[in-house]
Amino acid sequence: MTTFPLLAVLLPFAAAFAGLLLSRRPRLRTPGPPETRGAAVRSRAVWFAVTPTAASAVLAIWLAWGPGFAFIEGASPGEPVGRTYGTIVTGGIPISLTLQADDLSAILGVLVTLVALAVQIYSVGYLHDDPRYPSYSAFISLFTSAMLLVVYAGDLLVLYVGWEIMGVCSYFLIGHWWEDRANSRAAVKAFLVTRLGDVGFLFGIFVLGVSAGSFRIDDVLGKVPEMSTGTLVAATMLLLAGVAGKSAQVPLHTWLPDAMAGPTPISALIHAATMVAAGIFIVARLFPAFLAARPTLDVLAVIAALGMLGAALAALAQDDLKRVLAYSTVSQLAYMAGGLAAGSDSAAIFHLLTHGAFKALLFLCAGAVIHHIGSNLMSQMGGLRRTLPITFVTMTVGFAALMGIPPASGFFSKDALLLTMERALTGGRLTDAAALLLYGCALATVAVTGAYATRAWLRTFFGEARVVALPEPQPGTAHVVDVREAPRTMLVPIVLLAIPALLLAFAGGLHLDLGVAALSVVLALLGGGVVYAFWRSDPVADPSRLLGPFLVPCERAFHVDSLYAAVFVRPTLALARLVVRTDDRVVDGAVRGSGRTAQGLSGMLRLVQNGNVQLYVTGLLAGVLLIVVGAVVFT
Amino acid sequence: MMGWLPVALLAVPLLGALLLLISPALLRPVLRGYGLAFSGVTLALAVVLAATFDYAQAARPQLTVDQPWIPGLGLRFHLGVDGISLPLVVLTALLTFLCFAYLSWGDARAPGQLLTPATGRPRALVFTLLVLEVGMIGTFLALDLLLFFVFFEVVLIPMYFLIAIWGGKGRRGASIKFILYTLLGSVVMLLGLLLIWAQTGTLDIVALSQAHGAGMSRGVQVLAFAAVGIGLAVKTPMWPLHTWLPDAHTEAPTVGSVLLAGVLLKMGTYGFARIAIPILPEGAVVIAPWLGALAVVGIVYGSLACLAQRDLKRMIAYSSVGHMGFVLLGFATLTTVGINGALFANVAHGLITGLLFFLAGAIKERYGTADMPSLGGGMLAILPHLGAVLTFAAIASLGIPGLAGFWGEMLALLGAFQPAAALPRGLFLVFMAIGGLGAVLTAAYFLVMLSRVTHGRPARPALSLAATHPAPAVAVAGPEETGSGAAESQPEELGAGAAESQPEEFGAAEPWPEEGRRPAEVIETEPSAPKAEAMRDIRGYELVAWVPLIVLILLFGLWPKLLLSLTTPAVQTLLGALS
Repeated sequence: MTTFPLLAVLLPFAAAFAGLLLSRRPRLRTPGPPETRGAAVRSRAVWFAVTPTAASAVLAIWLAWGPGFAFIEGASPGEPVGRTYGTIVTGGIPISLTLQADDLSAILGVLVTLVALAVQIYSVGYLHDDPRYPSYSAFISLFTSAMLLVVYAGDLLVLYVGWEIMGVCSYFLIGHWWEDRANSRAAVKAFLVTRLGDVGFLFGIFVLGVSAGSFRIDDVLGKVPEMSTGTLVAATMLLLAGVAGKSAQVPLHTWLPDAMAGPTPISALIHAATMVAAGIFIVARLFPAFLAARPTLDVLAVIAALGMLGAALAALAQDDLKRVLAYSTVSQLAYMAGGLAAGSDSAAIFHLLTHGAFKALLFLCAGAVIHHIGSNLMSQMGGLRRTLPITFVTMTVGFAALMGIPPASGFFSKDALLLTMERALTGGRLTDAAALLLYGCALATVAVTGAYATRAWLRTFFGEARVVALPEPQPGTAHVVDVREAPRTMLVPIVLLAIPALLLAFAGGLHLDLGVAALSVVLALLGGGVVYAFWRSDPVADPSRLLGPFLVPCERAFHVDSLYAAVFVRPTLALARLVVRTDDRVVDGAVRGSGRTAQGLSGMLRLVQNGNVQLYVTGLLAGVLLIVVGAVVFT
Repeated sequence: MMGWLPVALLAVPLLGALLLLISPALLRPVLRGYGLAFSGVTLALAVVLAATFDYAQAARPQLTVDQPWIPGLGLRFHLGVDGISLPLVVLTALLTFLCFAYLSWGDARAPGQLLTPATGRPRALVFTLLVLEVGMIGTFLALDLLLFFVFFEVVLIPMYFLIAIWGGKGRRGASIKFILYTLLGSVVMLLGLLLIWAQTGTLDIVALSQAHGAGMSRGVQVLAFAAVGIGLAVKTPMWPLHTWLPDAHTEAPTVGSVLLAGVLLKMGTYGFARIAIPILPEGAVVIAPWLGALAVVGIVYGSLACLAQRDLKRMIAYSSVGHMGFVLLGFATLTTVGINGALFANVAHGLITGLLFFLAGAIKERYGTADMPSLGGGMLAILPHLGAVLTFAAIASLGIPGLAGFWGEMLALLGAFQPAAALPRGLFLVFMAIGGLGAVLTAAYFLVMLSRVTHGRPARPALSLAATHPAPAVAVAGPEETGSGAAESQPEELGAGAAESQPEEFGAAEPWPEEGRRPAEVIETEPSAPKAEAMRDIRGYELVAWVPLIVLILLFGLWPKLLLSLTTPAVQTLLGALS
């Protein structure tokens, strides 16, 4: 059993290579038209994709069987399962190749593998006609492997390896339909923004590792009490940069909405349930270090407060269903960050699990809707509850969980988070202003969440079906099919995910604070009710008009993108052009100038070498004369 | 007892070159396999060298040969390998072999194949490459200062001819710039080496390293370090002594670029680890902050220059400036971690940039240009395998963990986080931060390049179309974009257009005025090759040359211990007094 974490990581890793290299090779000898050959390639790729992920899921569940929900229930930590596979000498602090599953890793491993399995199965139907399915599924496998490496790593640098590989998989998968330049740009943006945070993250690892004398997480956490506050604040602030990048928190959140250019299953897996949660996970993993650095917690609280409310407002104004869900993800991740800032890692991880389930469900349902309509835009949807009954029911469960309506799982986890934030008001590590801001924003966000979830639900499934001429399927959208519901490979994962989205909280043990719970439900229903009232008055118009003059800023997400383009992107490009010019005119100009100078000087010397013998003899005599005079004078 | 191995490593390629001189007529029919055979034997010897190497004692020189050569000067023929030079020797032998494989495996009519009487002088090419190999391997084996210098110089001449004879349009200027610039650097280095000799009375690198600067005053060490350092920095190249590199790379033929980036640049950085730092430790402490500063300037400057580059080969050349900045930063920290990182990045850069130049060459052969706007995007649709390998190489180069590029950069930054005790820490923290920013910029220009070249809808027709209907394919490509299809039909117009547009935005990127007329050269090099022939995806001989590089990039990325356990003891020894 000690090798299970390693096996769980290696199986999808091997599957990725097999999927990339072996799906088309050795060349299939089946005679016949290319379509049947393509089908054979596909079926092989499907086997490479699904089987190892399923095996990893079994291993992860096995690992989690013992601890169960011990982390969330706050039980005393058990002994981690795993082992060290040697060390890499660096000349300084060695890197130890440790893979282990403790209480926290075990449950997250289950989340990762199960969502990955659901997405792999779902993708079989969703990308049925895509000729690049083998590479697509191989990158999902590679991603699964990298995420499991992050979860099970016992050494910070090993964790960083997985952390970056996740980023590059995200890049490949966002850009899966690279024919469209917009998708390519979104992929580049996602990678660069997260990479910017990752550099800070790496430096944070350096600070922690060097002051602890080891990169092993256990050793680092053991040394936290001995570290100075300055060191801890510096380390955690730097780590926070990576967290903000990966978990799409203010100010590095701008990549996530654009990342919706990727196929919808990718959005469900990477940009909702797992990778973006890695930032929250890493804070929970190193929570003692963060708790000892109060200024960092304050910063985290402010980031979370601004992020959750801003993103929720932006979600309210989007027309693209996937972008609604993307901003909702930013907002929900900010909830978890707020919970961490308020001092409870178990509440944050609990919400991470339930959010992973219900947000993956919402995305997969959105995928089914998009698959049916052939467009991402809600203005082209409506009345779908009759044509897509299963999707309707499951997506309703997802929206209920998102709003925090009992008895869905999101209700309980959000309640735990709000309770933590409320307690931070009176006696926590946060300063009063930060705690107040956090709790206030959290309550306001509950109402706005209710509003945007209701809006998306109404505009998708109710009202009149819009008759829209179906455009030719573009890359970036799913292919239009004629079936009434999505194919079975898509429906089965949706239905299976709806179960934990509804009931996960009951497995984790219920803790309920009636006052906070009642308040949050009332707020959520209030937000939903206002939207419903606007919708009833005119079912065709967009209820987001209730935002009034704030509609455009919300739709543009407060113009952060334009700001960054003006402040960072364009100056960098201008600087790059300046460098190229300088390199030619100044640096290389000096080199060429010295060459020309040498040529010019030699040209002057050449004047003397004119072939005139009289001149030569004169020069010779003058030289002899000079030497003689010199010899006479100096001796 | 195994002392013959280093000698044989030099003797085999030298013998191959000499035989070519002696009996040219006899060898002409077997010329295609000839270089392959000799470099293959050399590679086999290098593998034997790696197998017989005693890894428990990687810190000290092994398999040494020490014979008096010119007793009057105290010059000795002293060769040997340790943990620092072994990877570089094997890398050199491998890259040379792969270059020969690339040249002689495929069928002779393929574009870019230089081993044919029609396109090149095959005998001269084989001769040049074999002499080049002697010089490169000798540099890494030499344990005597003057011997090192001799081999260091031997390399220049074949590389000069490689660029000047088989290069592109602007080859004349580029090759002259290359040889004058590097010769000038070498002269300064020679002065430094002679200063060391004058002060200590010996040229033996082993003895000098063990002395750790004893017998030289601080002032002498600083002076000697500066002189040797400038010579090495030109070769590395370090900002601002880099401007020979983009021209040389852009004009060199594919194998020239590969060897230039893969091996020649390493000779400069190797000199820091072999000579400058161990022999002149006090000088190193004084100069290191300057070295570090120039290194990080090089990282950011190189990355920014790449970001605004139009030509693919030029972009990869500038990326070398950035990557070598990381290597120099690692050396400047004067810590085991940092120098380990530098040596790792050195080898990784040799593999990755070697692969990148192979790819750039392949792209230039197919499209007839390496100008990114003219390539028109969509390579993943037209040439899926080539596009995929290009993506792999770019991702490896930007330092993704799991591939070789990461560990060197990471360790260099870690070294800068905690530099040697004698160095100012605050300054190196600033260097680290700037270096980190450079890593983001590195990612930026590679991803932008991938986006421009591999993504998007192809401006030219898909591969299958071109294969079945070559004639209409050209017709379709012509009006759409300024690809080589257009260049064939309207050369003057396009040439003029390119020359006009350059001064506006990117004119500075092209220092040689002839460059504006590149489309004319397109017509020269592929006169009537049918499009379908030119646009085939990865071919057999390319695969043979590239797969070993890809495998090694993955291997070192996933199992960095292979290299690090080899260099660590050697680095600890060379730092000696400093660590």
